[in-house]
Amino acid sequence: MIEIKDLHKSYKMGSNVLHVLKGINFKAEDGELIAIMGSSGSGKSTLLNILGMLDEADSGEYTLDGVPIKNLSETKAAKYRNKFLGFVFQSFNLINYKSALENVALPLYYQRMARKERHDKAMKYLEQVGLKEWAHHLPSELSGGQKQRVAIARAMAAEPKVLLADEPTGALDSTTSYEVMDLIQKINDAGNTILVVTHEADIAHMCKRIIHLKDGIIEKDEKVKQVRASAYV
Amino acid sequence: MFSRDTWNEIFETIRKNKLRTFLSGFTVALGILIFVTLFGLGNGLLNTFNKFFNADATNVFYFFPGKTTMPYKGYKSNRKIEFDNSDITDIEKGFPMFLEYVSPRISRNNLVKYKSESNNYTTHGVAPSNQLAEKTVIMKGRYLNMKDIQEKTKNVVIGRLVEQDLFGSMNAIGKYIDMAGSAFKVIGVFQDEGGDREERFIYMPYTTRQLLEKNTDKINMIVVGFKPEIGYAGAMAFESSLRKFLKQKKFINPKDESGFFVRNVADQLQRNQQFAGILQLIVAIVAIGTIIAGIIGISNIMVFVVKERTKELGIRKALGATPASVISTILLESVFITTISGFIGMMIGIGVLASTGKRLEDFFITNPYIDLSTAVVATLLLILFGSIAGYIPANRAARIKPIVALRDE
Repeated sequence: MIEIKDLHKSYKMGSNVLHVLKGINFKAEDGELIAIMGSSGSGKSTLLNILGMLDEADSGEYTLDGVPIKNLSETKAAKYRNKFLGFVFQSFNLINYKSALENVALPLYYQRMARKERHDKAMKYLEQVGLKEWAHHLPSELSGGQKQRVAIARAMAAEPKVLLADEPTGALDSTTSYEVMDLIQKINDAGNTILVVTHEADIAHMCKRIIHLKDGIIEKDEKVKQVRASAYV
Repeated sequence: MFSRDTWNEIFETIRKNKLRTFLSGFTVALGILIFVTLFGLGNGLLNTFNKFFNADATNVFYFFPGKTTMPYKGYKSNRKIEFDNSDITDIEKGFPMFLEYVSPRISRNNLVKYKSESNNYTTHGVAPSNQLAEKTVIMKGRYLNMKDIQEKTKNVVIGRLVEQDLFGSMNAIGKYIDMAGSAFKVIGVFQDEGGDREERFIYMPYTTRQLLEKNTDKINMIVVGFKPEIGYAGAMAFESSLRKFLKQKKFINPKDESGFFVRNVADQLQRNQQFAGILQLIVAIVAIGTIIAGIIGISNIMVFVVKERTKELGIRKALGATPASVISTILLESVFITTISGFIGMMIGIGVLASTGKRLEDFFITNPYIDLSTAVVATLLLILFGSIAGYIPANRAARIKPIVALRDE
């Protein structure tokens, strides 16, 4: 599903050059649930942003579902993001003046789906995350866990090939974190490929594979025995 | 781009961001309102100006006699020039191409009495065509006619204020007034845009005046009306040939400009039009300034709007919004708001002008108005420049990497 070869990325910080990714290689198969771990500054978010086409690598190859991702125009990148990827952010990034339902329907709007169809589908996904009754509430009226579940519903609504989650539990307490992880595991059980960036070991162990990043290179890439989050909920 | 769905999205954004909508709408509406109002008031000022200076006909020359300053053909200098009736007929015969009418004028001050009321008035002995030169409007009765001139009747036409002074609320028509010991019949009452002074004039046949003054044929002044279609250049040419003709007839040295004087209203008209042009220019500068201020205002708000929406735009981009759709979202919203509020501002401005009407006449503003086309063009300009001003930050927002936009707090 995802294949990257020798990925490099550096940022210019004034006169200094900060080399963040120093040659990353890995493959993710269909249906995997991978945690990318590392301390802050290890390059894990940068890697995720490149995988999410939110940022561009300096060199290296990136293939997503057999499509080489290279020199994309903004428009093309936007279309690929819409078609291939779903995002879940640490700070939720819901649009604050739109209701939960409208937030979930937004990627479908950019797929040019008809309004009615879009809302039906968004409602279906909200129901899956258990927030059907909250569909017409604004994000400000939801708790952190609810917001993240709306964000997950939004990421799933476009039926992406890969779900990318950047510290999805970073802003949540542990109980809520496990609830969110439970949801992510269930989505993975349904056959979706998911990448989770986290610095929390317990969250990482709820995935099936952990990639340890340190100073811009993959330090360790291990398959782990998955801990079911439902055990803690 | 213009699908119903796009508009739904825009309406929703507008509905849910009332402050932003209000701010940009208010700026545009206020800009157009001020523009329409100022432009209208400027036009009102021009109206007043035209009313003041165009009270008399503008296709007229006035010839006043003077004194020569050079000897010529055996005549000494410092000779007093006088006009007489033959000058009138000669001008009539000599210049039919240019001439519309010619009227003599003999002006005197007289004590005028009616019963116990009396007052001093300026009386003008004139021909019927003088009505055209002065743009005199008859309120009741009639003006002098050729029969009055030929028969040297003792008929007078009095100004509105003369009637008011002498007759109070009574009708003056048919009454007799006493002027320098003779009785004159009032046959008409007139009004004149020239103001109070001109509405205290009394007109009588110039022949009657000459008869009273020992049957002289002298006249004070010659009023020459030319055909308006000869234009400014034609008027100037006509003036110079009239000067030449009169100098020859009165034996005045061709270089002597003091034998008589000419007041050429066409020349004055030219100057007035220049002054009016300057007024118009000032109005235009103020108007353009307002529009520019409006454009700067809407540009600032667009920058603010885009800044405020940076994060939202980043989210939208992460979810698959293309740069084109980001730009169109921002621009369509701004065009929609500016169009609606520009129209509202324009209507309020026109309403303000309409309701002002005559209330500002004390401030030299008469009938302020603005052509609809000017107002519409100004509104369209503001919308156009508002969009251009919005396009720049929108374009930048569309190019910004979603990851940068998402980090924006």
